[in-house]
Formats: sequence, structure tokens, C-alpha cells
Amino acid sequence: MSATQTTPTVATEDAPASRLSRISRLQALQILILLVVTIAVFTALRPDTFLTGFNIRGIVQNTAIYAVLGVGMTFVIITGGIDLSVGSVLVFSGVVADKVMVWYGGQGWATVLVGLVAALASGLAWGLVNGVLVAKAKVPPLVVTLGSLSAALGFAQIITKGLDLRDAPQALVNDIGFGNIVGQVPTIAVVAAVVVVFGIVLLHRTRFGLYTYAIGSNAEAGRRSGVKVERHLIKVYAFAGLLAGFAGLLNLGFFQSTTIGGQSNTPLNVIAGVAIGGTSLFGGIGSVFGTVIGLFIPIVLQNGFIQVGVQPFWQQVVVGAVLVAVVYVDQLRRAAALRGTSPRLPFLSRAGGAGSASRKGSA
Amino acid sequence: MTVPEAAAGAAATTEDAAPLLSLRGINKSFGAVHVLQDVDFDAYAGQVTALVGDNGAGKSTLIKGIAGSQPFDSGEYVFDGHAVTVTNPKHANELGIEVVYQDLALCDNLDIVDNLFLGREVTKNGILDEATMERRAQETLAGLSVRTVKSIRQVVASLSGGQRQTVAIARAVIWNSKLVVLDEPTAALGVAQTEQVLRLVRQLADNGLAVVLISHNLNDVFQVADRISVLYLGRMAAQMKTKDVKSNQVVEVITTGRSDAIGGITNGNGELK
Repeated sequence: MSATQTTPTVATEDAPASRLSRISRLQALQILILLVVTIAVFTALRPDTFLTGFNIRGIVQNTAIYAVLGVGMTFVIITGGIDLSVGSVLVFSGVVADKVMVWYGGQGWATVLVGLVAALASGLAWGLVNGVLVAKAKVPPLVVTLGSLSAALGFAQIITKGLDLRDAPQALVNDIGFGNIVGQVPTIAVVAAVVVVFGIVLLHRTRFGLYTYAIGSNAEAGRRSGVKVERHLIKVYAFAGLLAGFAGLLNLGFFQSTTIGGQSNTPLNVIAGVAIGGTSLFGGIGSVFGTVIGLFIPIVLQNGFIQVGVQPFWQQVVVGAVLVAVVYVDQLRRAAALRGTSPRLPFLSRAGGAGSASRKGSA
Repeated sequence: MTVPEAAAGAAATTEDAAPLLSLRGINKSFGAVHVLQDVDFDAYAGQVTALVGDNGAGKSTLIKGIAGSQPFDSGEYVFDGHAVTVTNPKHANELGIEVVYQDLALCDNLDIVDNLFLGREVTKNGILDEATMERRAQETLAGLSVRTVKSIRQVVASLSGGQRQTVAIARAVIWNSKLVVLDEPTAALGVAQTEQVLRLVRQLADNGLAVVLISHNLNDVFQVADRISVLYLGRMAAQMKTKDVKSNQVVEVITTGRSDAIGGITNGNGELK
């Protein structure tokens, strides 16, 4: 150093938090508290049945498939995009996997493995189509994935002539769909948990995750810094498609059916979970952990309402209100934090501010 | 350390040191418009060279050529004693040339460390090496005598304009760069923040870097620049030392392109050409 040697005085007082610990401070934490309170209330009202192993098992089973979709959706929404096609891609992949497994024959693990490859390939293909259209053709993600929502479901119905397939192999149905990996721990939930942990590491610990945040925050800044923005966007949509394909296989095992008519609300439910979990629909902010919590809330509510004898349809009303309230409170909180320039809140941003910044051209 | 050439930089400030960047006879046209005509330009290690000129004089074109984003049509580009051909920004970065553009292009939702390393992250087995990046970020900011940032894990959205400029400049120097081009770094800043950024600009030069400062504000220029180069309608009207001229003389060159007031066109060493 030259004569102007200085001592390092920059911010050593609060030890820089790691990316993983920062997510605990996200809105997800508040949502987690809401979830815990909800569980506590239902447990108090129905102490004999609500917090039993059997009931918990049902709840995590019902959340598992959404969680797999939610991981991919979180990445897509953090880039500032949206993927409406996940439900249809799930169905399409289930149909293709079923057809391929029947063609291959057998009821064992080899057949399931062949089905897995078919489901992943189908999902990846749709994800790539979405990604290329969004990144290269610059068609808005809402339109692209609305198109693939329609087209993927159409192809699934063409292949099946509109009739659900119910001939998934025994290994898939008995061991993955309904099986337990140990004791009363359902395999499907463990598989989903592995996907979730993978998603958390990918988002918060790797270059892939960092670029996902960067694109949602300011794509032009990323581009100037050497981030290949288009290529990364394609990868993110491909990843979401891949997971939708994987969820298609899990769905086939769990319902023993391709559920062609049963997935029209799936993308909206998943998006609601992502938003409740603190991921900003404007991009640049979010976490996989929050998404998982956000997906649990509707399912716990539905389960609890049934048990306490409230019409389960109330769940939809409550979830809708929670969704809007959570996003509104979050916006207020971020705006306040930004005015106070508090360094304690990670990923804070004015909603929409990032989007307008990214549209600024280079000088 | 992030600026190992710092010690060498002190020697480079002497009168007869060769320029780090030397452009000769640069031409650049966009279609029929001859934007740069036989431009000569020098920038010295350890010195701030201000590049001034009215709108449309060719300042942006000149720095985009230096940065490689819009390569020159013809002319000699000598960097660090070697004739080079810079055809893309990556090539310029490899040489040690960084440009901080006016719109800073930072990611609001990412923190300071993430922004400093964006696109060039340090990874270990595919996982981001946060500890190493934090340490290098601390070192770089300390090397720039930056004391105004509370935590390097603050998100950029919570920073002031001056602090954001600081982050953008730190990003330019974190990779041992030799030449930093700053495009209007104080344009959108208040008085106190302008002071803060100008101190940083001076610090860069004192650390041994060659700094090219584009500015419309002659107060800023006279405060930090060692040399002033004036572009007028695509030609280099004058290159002079700050101590040899007065503000009103520079204004006359900027507005008329004539350098009679300062005794003819000089090559920056005070010699008549």
C-alpha cells in the first residue's frame, strides 16, 4: 500500500451473516409463526386427533408434491417470472411416464426408473420450451406459460384420449406413493424433503442461485457483470420444468392416476404458497424455505377445518385473505425498512423498483 | 492486497514517466458521422486524467473504445508499454481496464459483497466461498479508505448515492485493475457525497491506478485531476496539466475548441506540438 495506509475499519462489528442464516430473518419466519399458531389452535381444539402421527403423515404427504413444484416456482418467481404450466406439465409427464412404463412392462424398480427418466425428460422439454420463449423470444412469461399450460394438457389428453391412465407399476404406487421409508415416515415426503434441501443449497449457496437473484433484481447489471442472462433464464425455467416432471411421477404414484382433470388449480396454489412464503412476485427476493412453509398453511387449514367440523370450503376463503394480507404487510414492512435503511433486513427492496431499474438502458 | 502496484505507482507520478495508456491517431465513425478524428490521449499511473468536453464531443465514444465495447476503427492503442487491440470488454478487463458507467448497474436486492463479485464469484466445489469474498471485500474497501459503510452485508438498496458509487468503484478495482474510467461519478450526488466520491477518486490515483475521470463539473476536475484533456467535436483540442491552467481557460477550450488561450495545443507535458 502507498503512504495512505489505513486500518481496516469497515464493519467488523457485526459479523457478516451467512446467506443461510439470513433467510431465517425473512418473512418466512413470520409465516412460520403463523403456521405454528395454526397448528397449536387445531391441536387445542382436537387434541386427540390433530397432532397424531397418522394425521401429520397425511399433511406432509399432501404437501410433498406441491413442495417439489414450489422449489422450481420459487426460482422462476425470483427471476421476476411466473410459471403457470407446472400443473399441465405434471400431468403430461405423468402420462408419458405411465405410457413408457406400460410399454417397458413389469411392476418393479427397473420400470419405475424408466418412468423416472421419461417423466424428467418430458418436464425438462417443456421447461426448455418455456425458457427459450421467455429468454430468447422475449414473450412475457405469463403468456408463454399460459400457452404451455394449455398445450401440455392438450397433448396429455390427446395421448390418453382424455381418459386417466391407472396402470402405474406396483413399486411406484406401493413404495413411493404410499410407502414408508421407515416407521410411519412416508417416502414421498422424504423425497420431497431432499428436493427442498437441494433447492435451498442451490438458491442460497451457489452461483446459480446468486444469478437467479441478480436477474430478478437488475438483469442489466447482471449482463454488464458478465452474467449470461438469457442462458440462465432458460436454465431456471428448465429446472422448474424438470421438477414438474418429477412431481408428475410422484403424483402418478400417490394417486395411482394421471389426474388429467385434477390439476387446474395446482399452479395457482403453488404460486400462492410461494407468495405467502415471502417471495416477491416482482423478483429479486425470496426463499425456498418460505415457500415450503407457505405451502403447508393451506393444507393444515383444510385438514384442521375438517377436523373441527367447519366446512372445508372456508379454507379457500382464509387462504385468499392470508395471501393478500401477508403480501400487503410485507410491502409495508419493506418500505419502512428501506426508509430506515436498516441493515438488519435482508433482501429488502421497494416492490417494483428493481423492475424499473432493470429497464434502464446503458448510457 | 488488492492494489499491489500501489508502491510502483508512486514512482509513476514523476514527470517523465511513460503513460500507462497511450492512444495515437484514433478514428471512429458511425456510418457517415466521423465521431473521433485522429485523437491522441494519454493516461498516467498514479494520476487522475480528466476527460472533458461538451455533449457530443466524443467522450463516451472514446471510453467505449478504451473499454472495448465499441472498438476503434483505426489508431494505435498502447497499454502498459504494449500495442494491443481491444475488441471486447472482457479483453479490456483482462488487461486491467475497468469502466464505471453513469448508471451504476448494481443489483438492489443483493448485498455489497454479492455486487462486488457478481459475475466473478469465488467458489469452492461449486459452493460460493463467502468467507474469502467477504475478506477481499473488506480489504478492498479498507484500501480505498472507505469508512462510511456499516456492513458489507448491507443490501445495496439501503445505501446512499455516494455509497452506491463507492461500491461501483470498489467493484472496478477489486480485480487488481490498472486503469479505471469513471463516467460522471458525481453527477447525481449532493455536496457531501460529491466530496466523499472525489476523495475516493483521489485515493485510487494515490494507490497507483491510472484514473480517467469524465466530468462536466470543472470544480470537481480542478479539485482532483492532475491532467485535463479536452475533446471538441471529435478532436483532442488540448491536453494539459491542471496546475498550468485556469478554469476559464478550460471553459474556452471546451466551448470554442481553440486553445490559443493556453498557448496552443499541448501534449500534456506542457510542450508545444
